[in-house]
Amino acid sequence: MCVQTVGLIQSIIEREGIATVSISLLREVTQVNKPPRALFVPFPMGFPLGAPNNPELQHQVIAAALALLERDDVPVLEEFKER
Amino acid sequence: MATYDDLSLHVRLFMRGYPFARYANKTVPLAILAKPLNLSRMALITTAGLHAPGQPGFDHSIKRGDVSFREIPKTIEVRTLIESHRSYAFDHAGIESDPNLAFPLDRLCELESKKIIGELNYRHFSFMGSIVGPRKLINETAPQVARFLREDKVDAVLLTPV
Repeated sequence: MCVQTVGLIQSIIEREGIATVSISLLREVTQVNKPPRALFVPFPMGFPLGAPNNPELQHQVIAAALALLERDDVPVLEEFKER
Repeated sequence: MATYDDLSLHVRLFMRGYPFARYANKTVPLAILAKPLNLSRMALITTAGLHAPGQPGFDHSIKRGDVSFREIPKTIEVRTLIESHRSYAFDHAGIESDPNLAFPLDRLCELESKKIIGELNYRHFSFMGSIVGPRKLINETAPQVARFLREDKVDAVLLTPV
């Protein structure tokens, strides 16, 4: 339900005129929700940024998500690929 | 990527039966980032059910879900955040060991220092995502946070589930 809640909040903020990007752990839920920008991550529920106490991996995920903010071909739903 | 098949039987049956489409967007809402990231003010929103010491935890007794939110100051020590998420659909050990796993405020501070993002807003927001009946979230609490972010002149928001 966390993934749905993110999608609902995301839409409301985006409608307020603020650009948003979300991380998604469940493709099935996010695709129904039609967010403007989302990054699907290959991690289990509870681990959206990959791993605890792993700043390098967390930075990789954030960089991939933030890159979607600057894309002009929205809506954009992309898969995260670890380097 | 988790799929429904990774979830416990109980959660999977719930997810398959839940009317996600009822609350979904009919069209994709779009706001364009008006300036480059290195000039933008950013905020973070999580649904990981985190709260700061001294703030009340999320209420597990509300059957359809606690739609309230906690304002998390930029200056918080992330490791002191407390997780009170009621869901048993995920392993809580990771976020308990490092709240940055779902609320990467330290990482965004590092990006601010490196001038990759312009500025981090002075406040960020935490919800508890286990919301089965989201009407009040849609009509009240999420719009309230959206208004706060607009008042704060936030340009971009990163949202993270758990």
